Amino acid sequence: MNARQRDKIRVDLQRIADMIEPDTRVLDVGCGDGALLAYLLREKGVDGRGMELSQAGVNACVAGGLSVVQGDADADLAHYPDGAFDFVVLSQTLQATRAPGEVLRQMLRVGKRAIVSFPNFAHWQVRASLMFGGRMPRTDALPFGWHDTPNIHLCSIDDFRAHCADTGVVVERALTLDRHGKPLGGPALSLANLFGAQGLFLLRQG
Amino acid sequence: MHAAAPVATAAPVGADTLAGSSPAVRQALDASHQVWLGPLRLDCGVELARFRVAYRTYGTLNVERSNAALVCHALTLDQFVADEHPVTGKPGWWDTLVGPGQPLDPARYFVICANVLGGCMGSTGPLDVDPATGKPYNLSFPVVTIADMVRAQAMLLDHLGIESLFCVVGGSMGGMQVLQWAAAYPKRVFAAIPIATAARHSAQNIAFNEIGRQAILADPGWHGGDYHAHGTLPARGLAVARMIAHITYLSEAALQRKFGRNLQDRTAVGFGFDADFQVESYLRHQGKSFVERFDADSYLYITRAMDYFDLAAEHGGNLANAFKGTPTRFCLMSFTSDWLFPTHESRTVVRALNAVAANVSFVEVETDKGHDAFLLDEPEMYRTLAGFLQGAANARGLKFPA
Repeated sequence: MNARQRDKIRVDLQRIADMIEPDTRVLDVGCGDGALLAYLLREKGVDGRGMELSQAGVNACVAGGLSVVQGDADADLAHYPDGAFDFVVLSQTLQATRAPGEVLRQMLRVGKRAIVSFPNFAHWQVRASLMFGGRMPRTDALPFGWHDTPNIHLCSIDDFRAHCADTGVVVERALTLDRHGKPLGGPALSLANLFGAQGLFLLRQG
Repeated sequence: MHAAAPVATAAPVGADTLAGSSPAVRQALDASHQVWLGPLRLDCGVELARFRVAYRTYGTLNVERSNAALVCHALTLDQFVADEHPVTGKPGWWDTLVGPGQPLDPARYFVICANVLGGCMGSTGPLDVDPATGKPYNLSFPVVTIADMVRAQAMLLDHLGIESLFCVVGGSMGGMQVLQWAAAYPKRVFAAIPIATAARHSAQNIAFNEIGRQAILADPGWHGGDYHAHGTLPARGLAVARMIAHITYLSEAALQRKFGRNLQDRTAVGFGFDADFQVESYLRHQGKSFVERFDADSYLYITRAMDYFDLAAEHGGNLANAFKGTPTRFCLMSFTSDWLFPTHESRTVVRALNAVAANVSFVEVETDKGHDAFLLDEPEMYRTLAGFLQGAANARGLKFPA
């Protein structure tokens, strides 16, 4: 990443970065092109590692000086030891895993805290699309067609909260983001499930 | 004998040859630094009171002594990583990695490459004279291991006054040495780059090595390893060993692409056993030219060292134990068509490193060039290596002249 791109990570990634304390150990699962990792290394001095499914993504990250391995959240988190990281990040990937519950469990085993963001399937546009259009929803957060989507385990913000409660996971912080990744302001928490395009959670094992 | 087939030639038996040093070794030593070190207690229990290391260096060690990069060579390579080979006249075997403008630029790094213990380009090996008998070791040379080779390199670094290496890099058997370095001397290795390698030699690889060794042993010119004393060379056996090994360095796709079923200098098959096919002629040439530069006994010893390598076995059967608490940054690399050291071998090492939460990167490069790809023009490999090295240099706080 060159100097001009500095401080210009995606807004939702910026929100994740804000949750991460400086000089901590971070594992970014599904790190893509490494934008978040590079930012955290540069701005927060973290000891950052990445895991990415696409080999092209991995190679680009390593060529950029990042420590990244090819792997997928379902299979490879299990190889890391307990408490190896302060933060394990899973950004916009949970819904594409085969076993999201197990992935969450592994994240909270490997990391002291987990940061998870995902598209909210109960967003009003999603609801409206199905209810009035009769078609599978396609939104900014869910841009794929029904036949080629990698998103196989979609959930709503309320679903996710319920899962955390059922599995003894403590929600330390929860943000509701609009379709641009900006947090929804005001006391709108009760309406988050309707108006939030994405949910962003800071979690720890209870 | 067919023209393209290897020819057994009697080596001139001069006084120097009797002293255990072939003309090739003398040429190699003339073009290298050399140092006598010792004693060294080997894994087999024998102690080498003194041994010689022949090595090349490129660039300058900085004042902090923090920019040294050790390149570990593969089975049949040597210390001439980035300059013309004094025996073959060929360019450096990894001048795509080490050289001006390359990822390991001598303007930035002090690059060291040493001939391995047991080798035949100047470091002590079976060709040398056993001080106890005054005669060449030949098969009385003790069996050395990858760990012994690395111990010898560590003693060379002590001699050079280098406490900590910026990086250790190597492919194939060189990669084994890199893994051994990281496991045995974690504090001396800031960054480790094991390429196209494994933490242990597989049954299939031991099998191929065994065929190569049997070819040498079956050559009547071998004389129980004392061929120099008999004025012969097991040239045929060594050439066959090389031909077999060479196939394992390529891939089916690469062989097909390069040769197909093309005939050599003829329009129809000859109904005989000449090299009808280009691929046969190519292999015969590989075997023949190898004999001119490599020693048969040395080949036996070094292949054995690879066979014995099993890093997990040395650590209670658990590879992760080899890297517990490692401060080293790792970058592993494999190639999709490498069937000698396939990607899953690298992945096993990556998993072991993940199990101890080590700082690890792993890149698989798409290519049809097989195991040899690590020595060839693979832009993606050099791009990722350059990125990894730059990241590691930043982390070490290395400052380079503008």
